[in-house]
Amino acid sequence: MGVSARAWVFVTPVLLALAVVIGYPVVRALIMSFQKDSGLDKATGMFVEGGGAGFSNYTHWLLEQCTNSLGETVDCPTGNLGSQFWTAIGVTLLFTVVTVALEATIGLGMAVIMGKTFKGRALLRAAVLIPWAIPTAVTARLWEFMFQYDGVVNRLFGTHILWTADPWPARFAVIAADVWKTTPFMALLILAGLQVIPEDVYEAARVDGASAWQRFWNITMPLLKPALLVAVLFRTMDALRMYDLPAIMTQSNPATRTISMLVVDQVRQGPNSASALSVITFLLIFTVAFFLVKVLGANAVRTQEEQREAH
Amino acid sequence: MSTNVIEQTANPPAPQPVPWSKRLASGRVYLGALIVLVWGLGPFYWMVVTALRDPAYTFDNTPWPTHVTFENFRNAFDTSRGNNFGRALGNSVIIGTATTVVALLIGIMAAYALARLTFKGKYLVSGLILSASMFPVVVLVTPLFQLFTDLGWIGHYQAMIIPNISFVLPMTVYILASFFAELPWELEEAARIDGASRFQAFRLIMLPLAAPAVFTTAILAFIAAVNEYLLARLLSSDKTEPVTVAVARFSGNNPLVQPYTAIMAAGTIVTIPLVIMVLLFQRRIISGLTAGGVKS
Repeated sequence: MGVSARAWVFVTPVLLALAVVIGYPVVRALIMSFQKDSGLDKATGMFVEGGGAGFSNYTHWLLEQCTNSLGETVDCPTGNLGSQFWTAIGVTLLFTVVTVALEATIGLGMAVIMGKTFKGRALLRAAVLIPWAIPTAVTARLWEFMFQYDGVVNRLFGTHILWTADPWPARFAVIAADVWKTTPFMALLILAGLQVIPEDVYEAARVDGASAWQRFWNITMPLLKPALLVAVLFRTMDALRMYDLPAIMTQSNPATRTISMLVVDQVRQGPNSASALSVITFLLIFTVAFFLVKVLGANAVRTQEEQREAH
Repeated sequence: MSTNVIEQTANPPAPQPVPWSKRLASGRVYLGALIVLVWGLGPFYWMVVTALRDPAYTFDNTPWPTHVTFENFRNAFDTSRGNNFGRALGNSVIIGTATTVVALLIGIMAAYALARLTFKGKYLVSGLILSASMFPVVVLVTPLFQLFTDLGWIGHYQAMIIPNISFVLPMTVYILASFFAELPWELEEAARIDGASRFQAFRLIMLPLAAPAVFTTAILAFIAAVNEYLLARLLSSDKTEPVTVAVARFSGNNPLVQPYTAIMAAGTIVTIPLVIMVLLFQRRIISGLTAGGVKS
């Protein structure tokens, strides 16, 4: 057996596992999304077994259209999950942009601190792993508790806010919990990128009289860019599929309902239209990933090449 | 003037006082470190403090526990309100362990091939595995729910273990591959020259060298598998639900009042073993995480 054939023997189990649990369901989701959900036919009142649906499952979400009792296509009534699609998209994008921006900025600050040499640095790096190690479901209950009306957050700041019930406070609460949990992870990724930058570059800049700010903006930032972009890409993908925190912390509060939550809420009501929603979700996430890799990723590669040429 | 010069040469130079700019800088570092420390430990500390409070004083908000009691830890295991936390703990161990073992067994081979062998389609394979790690779970929820309903798997362990394996696999492969790539080539070459087959070289030379990496990856895979909630919520039953689902739906005697002290006790019980693992293997975990994150 040649090396190549043997290598394929080694990688086949992984590919097979991914094909069964990711490949097959994706194909099935696509097929399902073009079929009608079985249920009572609104027009005749008879039970029907589905059949082809064309794009109606997609227009149900994208145009927020439902079928009424006469079989006519109308705007989905308030309260119907169909009427929450664009809100959910907005909430998801809001969570993504705000959490990733905060996590990158605060994470960078943390990484700079953790990169310094001082007593107790190992302790600090261990402490920072704790939020990451706590299961998200536990984090959600913990922050839900801290954000209670009589809870420690209101007490600390002397406020009287209904954090999990009112729309904007609830969104803030979810963002706070997510930033707490994932910033340390971001900081570690950034720290790994920082440590690759050779010390003599800073030394040379210092000799040339560059101030700390100049060194940060002209050396650290450009050299850190590739690592930072990878971290941002990973976190963005994660934030776009956010589910656990809002689903547990603020439960059915529509102000914090993400697309993932909408899919899960829809699964038991109508799996085929839920499939259409998951396909839409996939396309959205794929588009964002493609954009990040294409626009920012290409940029990162160019930065690296420029550096190589400069050396 | 001249006496001054003599004095200066006669006495060793007095220790220079640390300049204020340096003192300020190190002060700032320690202040920053303190903030980071409070960030990491604060909410976790609050969970433990609340877990130790008498339920009647749930919202006491003193920075230390008032009316200390261990009753909450007993209440967490109380099954009278439909909570089955003890069983859920066992379920999480079963699901986490099974996921980790299988993911490692098949992940090691793929990681070795990707790091050490050259073959056609190598970049396609690593690209596929990377894109799988970014795949949104929620896309798979509906078809998996349907498939497992058809198979009668809902409420059985395999309904959670098999999807989990695939979600943990990409991470496993990437972390292990980056470790394998760093191992010295010479050892393997030497073994090959001495007549070992490629598989023998892998099994007898590379695998023992990679043991610490495998162990690190196992911890990371286990933590990731235990963390899973979305699929478990849909695919588990009362008998197979893991701790994440149990903690999320924890309820008390009064349906309108959340038993937060018991919930925090349950959270503490789940978290303490993970935190101990993290503290013990901190260095390795960080290198594993950053290997999977940055180098891919």
